[in-house]
Amino acid sequence: MGDRGIGAETACAGGADTADEGVFMPVVVALGSVAVLILVAIAAPLASRRPAIATPVVYGTSGLAALVLFVTALAALLGHLDVAGEVVLPLGLPWVGAHFRIDPLSAFFLVVVDLGAATASLYALGYGAHEDHPERVLPFYPAFLAGMNLVILSADAFSFLVGWEFMSLASWALVMAHHHEEENRRAGYVYLVMASFGTLMLLLAFGLMAGPDGVYAFAEMGNRVREPWLPGLVLVLALLGAGSKAGLVPLHVWLPLAHPAAPSHVSALMSGVMTKVAVYGFVRIVFDLVGEPVWWWSAVVMGLGALTAVLGVLHAILERDFKRLLAYSTVENIGIVFIGLGLALAFRTNEMAGPAALAVTAALFHALNHSLFKGLMFFGAGAVLTATGERDIEKLGGLIHRLPVTAFFVLGGAVAISALPPLNGFVSEWMIFQAILLSPDLPQWALKFMVPAVGAALAFSAALAGACFVRAYGVAFLGRPRSAAAAEAREVDILSRTAMALLLGLCLLAGIVPGLVIDAASSVAIQLVGHDMPPQPLFPSLSIVPVSEGRSSYSGMLVFIFILISSGLVIWAIHRFASKTIRRGPAWDCGFPDASPATQYTADSFAMPIRRVFGPVAFGSYIERWMPPPGDPSPARLKVVRHDLPWEILYAPISGRVSRLAERLNTLQFLSIRSYLSLVFAALVGLLVVVAIWA
Amino acid sequence: MGGFALDLAHLLAGGMVLVSFMLLYQNRMFGLLNVFALHAVVLTASVAWQAFIQQAPHLYVTAAIALVLKAIVIPLALRRMVVRLEIHRSIETVGGIGLTMLMGIALVALSMMVMLQAAADADPLAREDVALALSVILLGLLMMVTRYNAVSQIIGFMSLENGLILAAAGAKGMPLVVEISIAFSVLVAFIVIGVFLFRIRERFDSVDTHALDDYREGRQ
Repeated sequence: MGDRGIGAETACAGGADTADEGVFMPVVVALGSVAVLILVAIAAPLASRRPAIATPVVYGTSGLAALVLFVTALAALLGHLDVAGEVVLPLGLPWVGAHFRIDPLSAFFLVVVDLGAATASLYALGYGAHEDHPERVLPFYPAFLAGMNLVILSADAFSFLVGWEFMSLASWALVMAHHHEEENRRAGYVYLVMASFGTLMLLLAFGLMAGPDGVYAFAEMGNRVREPWLPGLVLVLALLGAGSKAGLVPLHVWLPLAHPAAPSHVSALMSGVMTKVAVYGFVRIVFDLVGEPVWWWSAVVMGLGALTAVLGVLHAILERDFKRLLAYSTVENIGIVFIGLGLALAFRTNEMAGPAALAVTAALFHALNHSLFKGLMFFGAGAVLTATGERDIEKLGGLIHRLPVTAFFVLGGAVAISALPPLNGFVSEWMIFQAILLSPDLPQWALKFMVPAVGAALAFSAALAGACFVRAYGVAFLGRPRSAAAAEAREVDILSRTAMALLLGLCLLAGIVPGLVIDAASSVAIQLVGHDMPPQPLFPSLSIVPVSEGRSSYSGMLVFIFILISSGLVIWAIHRFASKTIRRGPAWDCGFPDASPATQYTADSFAMPIRRVFGPVAFGSYIERWMPPPGDPSPARLKVVRHDLPWEILYAPISGRVSRLAERLNTLQFLSIRSYLSLVFAALVGLLVVVAIWA
Repeated sequence: MGGFALDLAHLLAGGMVLVSFMLLYQNRMFGLLNVFALHAVVLTASVAWQAFIQQAPHLYVTAAIALVLKAIVIPLALRRMVVRLEIHRSIETVGGIGLTMLMGIALVALSMMVMLQAAADADPLAREDVALALSVILLGLLMMVTRYNAVSQIIGFMSLENGLILAAAGAKGMPLVVEISIAFSVLVAFIVIGVFLFRIRERFDSVDTHALDDYREGRQ
C-alpha cells in the first residue's frame, strides 16, 4: 500500500507539471474538466439572483467542459493519446485513495456522455431561458454532468459509488425542479427509493468482488480468484443495481415517471446519457471485473433485454404524454442494448471471438445511437413544450406548419429511432440481427432455442417502435391543430434548433459511415471480449461487413444516395409533368364542410388495435362499458382500464407492508424515558443471556 | 498472600454488590444517599486494595478520587439539592421490593455465568472482579429502570459508574488517564443533571419523571 501511495504522488505531479516533464495525461485533463463542473455547481447558487446572466454562464461553461472531455476521450479512444497510467488522489477511503484512469471502455462511454452533455448544454442555452425557477436547475445541472463523468473515470469501487450517488442525487434534484406538481413529487420519491436500492445492490456487488481483504481498486479486482458461486451472485446484483438505473423491466417503474418530470434538456440527459452510464456500470462489472462468465448468464441478460424491449415499446405505443412516450422508448432501447450484451456473453463463453466482438460492438453502437436520437427527440419534445405548453399529443396537431424546422428534425429523429435506413438506428439493430443469425453455431441447446426467440422479440419491438413514432409524429405534427395552443405555436430559438441539427447530422453521419464508429470501438471490443471486428473498408461504397463479404454487408451511403436520387427524380417528375397551379378548396367531408379537429384520427384510436391484441396480456387491460338505464338519454360510455402489472404485483405489496410496519414502529417514537431505559436494559440482558448460552 | 489477597478483593467487590442490593429497596431520599455514600466507600476500599496487591500506585489516585467525589462531594451536594427541592420527607413507592430483589439475584447469576464462561482462562482475580463489577452495573441499570424519581435515577446512574470503575481497577494495565476522565465525566454528568433537575422542578413542580412524560403526551 505504501508504494501505491508514492506512485500516486508521482502520477499527480506528472499531471500537474506537464511543461516540466513533457508527460500529458488525458485523465488529468478530464479530471480538471470535472473539477470545473463542480466549481460551476458550487458557484451557481451565488449567481442565481440574476438568472439572465447565470443561465448562459452556467450552461456555456458546462458545455465547454463537456466539449473538452469529449475531445479528450475521443482522442484517447482513437489512440491519438497515450492513456496509460492512473491518477490516485488522496481522497475517499484512506488506504485505497481515489483512482482515476481512462481505458478504451471508459473512453467510449465518456464520448457518449460528453457528446450528449455538450449538445444538451447548447440546447439549454436557448431552452433554459424559459425556465421559471432557474435557481432550482442551474446548480444541479453541472453537478449531474460531473457525477456521470466521475462514475466513468473512476478506477476503484469507492469512487465509482460516490460518483454514482452524486449522479443519482443531482438528477433527483433536477427531477424535483418543478416540485409544485403533485405528480413530480411522487416521481421524485419513487426515483429516490429506486436509486437508493440500486446503489445498495452495487455496493453489495462490489463488496463481494472486493472480498474479505477489501481490494477496491479495479486494477487488482479484475484478476482475483473467487469462489465459484460468487460471480453468479455478482451478476444478479449488477443486474439489479445497474439495471434499475438503466430501466430494465421490472425495475423500470421510476423511469417513465422521473425522466419526463425534469426540464427537457435534463430529460434528454437522463434518458440518453444517464442510462448509458448504467450500461457502462453493468459492462464494467460483468465483462471486466467479475471474471469468466458462465453460459447461463447470457440467457438471463438476453431474456431480460427481450422482455424490456417488448414491454417498453408496448407502453410507449399506448402513451399520450410525448415525454413519457420517449421515456418508455428509452426502456425499449435499453432492452436492445442488453440483448446485444447478452449475445456477446453467449459467444464469449463459447470462445467464439468474432461473433462476440460483433455483438458487443453492436450493443455499444446502439448505446451511442440511442444517446444521439433520444437526445434529439427530447429536444424536439422540449421545443414543442416551449411552443405550445402541451405534452399531451392528443392536444397537438398541425405543428409541421407552425414549427417547420423542429418538425423536420423530429422527423429525422423518429426515422432514426424507428431503425429505418439510412440513419444510424438501423445499422446497430441490423448488426445485432447479424449476431443473432450466428447463434446456430452455439453449442448449448438452450441458447440455440432461446436466441431466435429473442430475435423475434427484437424484430417485434423494432416494428412496434416504428408504429409508435408514426403515431407520435403523425398526431403531433400532421393534421390540423387540436387546441388553441397548438394553433398558435411559434418556432423555437436558434440555439435549440442548432443543437437538434447537430444531433440529426451525427445520426446521419453514423448511419452512412458506420465503419468509423465500428473501427473506433474496436479497442473496446478487444478489451471486453479479446477480439475485434475486422477493420471496415472505407472504399468502395462505405459498406460495413460484419462477418464476411459473402455473408452480409450493408452500405448506408448507397441507401442514402438511392433515396436522394429516387426522391429527386420524383420531385423532378412531379414538377415537370404535373399541373403547376395549386388550388385550395373545401373538401367534400361527407357533407360536413366545417368538421371539428376532434374528428381527426386520434392517438388512442391509432393505438387501439395494438391495445386490443396485447393489452390483456401485457397490461391486464379491458374495456368497461356503461350503458344508461332505459329511458335515460345520457350517452353510453366506454372506459379503458389499464393496469401497471409490475407495479401492482411487485411494488405495491412491498410498499404496503413497509408502510404498515413503519406505522406500527411509529409508537416507539413516543415512549417515556423509563421505557427507553427499560428497552436498553432488556436488550443488554438479552445479549448477555445469548452470550451465556452460546459461549 | 495470594489466597488472602484474592479473598479480600472478592469480599470487597461482593460488598459492593450487597450495597447495590441495599440501594434497590431504599424508599427514603436520605437513606438512599447514605447507602450511596457507603457504596462509594466500599468502592474506595476495593480499589485501594487492588492498588496494593497489583502494586499500581496510580490506582490510589483513583481510590482517592472515588472517596472525595463519590463518597463526600456528590452525596453532600445531592443532600442539599434534595432539601432545596423539598423532597426529603417524601416516600418513594418502590413497588414490589421482593420482585425487584429476585430480578437483582437473577441479574447477578447471569453476570456470573457470562463472565465465568467468557473469561474461563483469565486471571481469577480479574475474572471475579469483573464478574462482580458487571453485577453492580446491571443492578444500577435495574435501579434506573424501576425508579420514577429523577434523584433516584441519578443515584442508579452513579452506582452504575461505580461498577465501571471497579471493573477498570480489576483489569490490570488500565491507564490513569482513563480513570480520571471517567471520574470527571461523572462529575460533569452530575452537574448537568443537577441543573436539569432544577429546571424540571421549575417547570413542573415535581421531579417525578411522570410529569415529563405527561407533558410530552400533551404535545403529541
